[in-house]
Amino acid sequence: MAFLELETLSKAFGTHRAVDGLTLGVEKGEFVSLLGPSGCGKTTTLQMIAGFVEPSGGAIRLEGRDLLAVKPAKRGLGIVFQSYALFPHMTVAENVSFGLEMQRVAAAECTKRVGDTLELVGLGAFAGRYPRQLSGGQQQRVALARALVIRPQILLLDEPLSNLDAKLREEMQIELRQIQRTVGTTTILVTHDQGEAMALSDRIVVMNNGRAEQIGPPHEAYERPATPFVASFLGKTNLVNGKAVRPERISFAAVGLAGTVRTRIFQGNHWLYQVDTADGLLTVIRQNTGEEMPEEGATVHLSWLAP
Amino acid sequence: MSRNGPIALLYHALFVIFMIAPIVVVVWVAFTPEGFLSFPTTHWSLRWFYAIARYPEFIAAFWQSLGLGALSSAIAVAISVPAALAIARHRFVGREAFQALFMSPLMIPNVVLGIAFLRFFTQIGLGGTFIGLVLAHIVIVLPFALRLTLASAVGLDRALEHAAVSLGASEATVLKRITLPLVLPGLVSGWALAFINSFDEVTMTVFIAGPNTATLPVRMFLYIQDNIDPLVTSVSACVIAVTVLALVALDRAYGLERLLVGRGRDGR
Amino acid sequence: MKATPYLLSLPALILFAAIVIVPLGMTVALSFHDWGQYKGIEPVFILKNWREVFTDSYYGEMFWRTFRIALAVTVLTALFGAPEAYILNRMKSPWRGFFLLVILGPLLISVVARTLGWALLFGGQGGLVNKALMGAGLIDAPLPFMFTETGMIVALTHVMMPYMVLAVWAALQRLDPQIENAAVALGAGPVTVLRRIVLPQALPGILSGGIIVFTLAASAFATPAIIGGRRLKVASTLAYDEFLNTLNWPLGAVVAVLLLVALVAIVFGANRLIERRYAQVFG
Repeated sequence: MAFLELETLSKAFGTHRAVDGLTLGVEKGEFVSLLGPSGCGKTTTLQMIAGFVEPSGGAIRLEGRDLLAVKPAKRGLGIVFQSYALFPHMTVAENVSFGLEMQRVAAAECTKRVGDTLELVGLGAFAGRYPRQLSGGQQQRVALARALVIRPQILLLDEPLSNLDAKLREEMQIELRQIQRTVGTTTILVTHDQGEAMALSDRIVVMNNGRAEQIGPPHEAYERPATPFVASFLGKTNLVNGKAVRPERISFAAVGLAGTVRTRIFQGNHWLYQVDTADGLLTVIRQNTGEEMPEEGATVHLSWLAP
Repeated sequence: MSRNGPIALLYHALFVIFMIAPIVVVVWVAFTPEGFLSFPTTHWSLRWFYAIARYPEFIAAFWQSLGLGALSSAIAVAISVPAALAIARHRFVGREAFQALFMSPLMIPNVVLGIAFLRFFTQIGLGGTFIGLVLAHIVIVLPFALRLTLASAVGLDRALEHAAVSLGASEATVLKRITLPLVLPGLVSGWALAFINSFDEVTMTVFIAGPNTATLPVRMFLYIQDNIDPLVTSVSACVIAVTVLALVALDRAYGLERLLVGRGRDGR
Repeated sequence: MKATPYLLSLPALILFAAIVIVPLGMTVALSFHDWGQYKGIEPVFILKNWREVFTDSYYGEMFWRTFRIALAVTVLTALFGAPEAYILNRMKSPWRGFFLLVILGPLLISVVARTLGWALLFGGQGGLVNKALMGAGLIDAPLPFMFTETGMIVALTHVMMPYMVLAVWAALQRLDPQIENAAVALGAGPVTVLRRIVLPQALPGILSGGIIVFTLAASAFATPAIIGGRRLKVASTLAYDEFLNTLNWPLGAVVAVLLLVALVAIVFGANRLIERRYAQVFG
């Protein structure tokens, strides 16, 4: 039996089925991402686990116990909200210690654990500040610290990095993964960013219209997409004669499918090409090795290994 | 943002003079040493301020206005909080209608309300009583209190309460530690705005105040009906001084614009 | 359907049902009652008072005066208040905040005190302005102000001005300052920018401010009472007279109900017009 079990979990709002029979087992210490476009049901699923939305059907079990029978205040889950939801009238330290207060942890131990957790997220010096005095990235870390300090059985993250700019997001992704590895908490992340999901997770759950289209390790889902939706959602893909071919698998060769370069875009560590061929407009990605690359309008030959 | 040219600034200066001239004049006359209306230039005196002591009805009216304002505003705020929570957080049949109803005193001329209350209170035996005044003032100031408590309730991120619950807080704790502290500023300013409106109200109050329960504006108004002498200017000057102080304090604490419009001057 | 919102609204609902709806209903009923100097109010249903108000030209004149004054006040506040709001908008802080306080502050100062100031400025022989003008030899006799319609209009304009400035100010606050810059970049001169860009966007604010000013001016009491005196009556002061002096409550009730109905109709009509014209622009 898995640590957390979602069994044919469903939620309907009127006639709209937001979550439709989702079944998932999460192992202890695992990092799982719920990935999908807006409206796919990922946030609703998270809210049902947290207890803020009641399921229309199905079950949720934590270590075998029925979680739905437990009130949200008693579930012992750590939640990082998309808006961070930091208490504006409390300092960083007071925010982080709030959960421990609710658990009636002794003051001395409380101070110690708050201090340790703030160190863990790199905000040791900010304990006395108020949320409005912090940057977005710092606020996000406080939210994380607040959720982790209570030693939750599961950490729930609702699009925590979506409000950060690109560079900061990348840094936070790496940090988040490291922290999770250090602390070892079972984690469920909700995101619409496939790069983020693949970077952080042990397994990803690709969701669409309330259903899980594929559950598996990122590498597997990317290389062997179960459905066209998964193929197009994870990374870019070309459909050539009904077969899916990844852009990075196509190379410029002496012989192969003939085509003309329509667009060429430099993206730092790789080149992005759009090539007109008899089989349609193909996207090609080539790593930047410093070599000279075909220019716009050039005739090229594309070749790749059949999957 | 482009600057104002000299013509614009001249217009602005004249406009400001127009706006404050009557108020300045009242305060000025209040310092006259003469026994009649005059504009003191060489000599100033506080005699008309001391004279207020000889008119206990003004002093009584002042306390009446103070008590009436404080009480009716407090009750209005208390009633507006649950109503604001209902309107801000729930979609229910009649939501718009309720909101329109609670805001309706703004649309009904105070003179009509005064007449309606006069008739109603006389019929049920509350004519000219303090209780009647309080009830009437609650109705008048409720829209102001509600507007501000509503803004507070709407501005409160629900996620904050969810976060507290997820960390183990009970409903009572959420209310005590999260919700109330965060809506409190709105409640206080709601009370302040309600108080100021109650304190100044004369059109409706003049219909329902009895001889023993006259408020300060009513007393001033009735006095002016008979004669205009420096006494009423010194009383007015006191009222103006208190109001200005309260205004500055309110602006510092909350922002006058936010109070009157609902949004601060820098989009706060 | 959850009962929570209804339970939460209950206190306010009870208050309003008991203290607003019932009294208003009673007032309407009152307007149909009979009254005599010795018998007092007789709770019957007759049209005597309504007939009197509609046939006696005195009342028609009075209502016409009331709305005429309100209209004049509305026009004056719009004419002078809108430019001021615009000028304020272009000021830098701290001046902006300071003058906003100075202009909006009087709203919270007792209307009696403010009107008193006008009486002092222009009242008869003793009025400050009159004395100064006569002393300077510019006029022979004091400018008529007290107990004149003009005086009421001027004083009411002063009392109502902050509402107009506030409404226009609020509308201007919602504008994107870059829009003006965009027009200038496309070659528009300052007058064109004002006329074609700023004014059309400020207009909804002017109109909503106008509605507020009109209704408040039409139902104003203290200022017309003090400046207008006993001879020049408007709707509110006439109602006051009937209720507290003559004691003919039913007649006063007719005046009050008519005023309420007229104002509600005007407000709804004006709102409809504004919505229809501006709905497509401002969504």
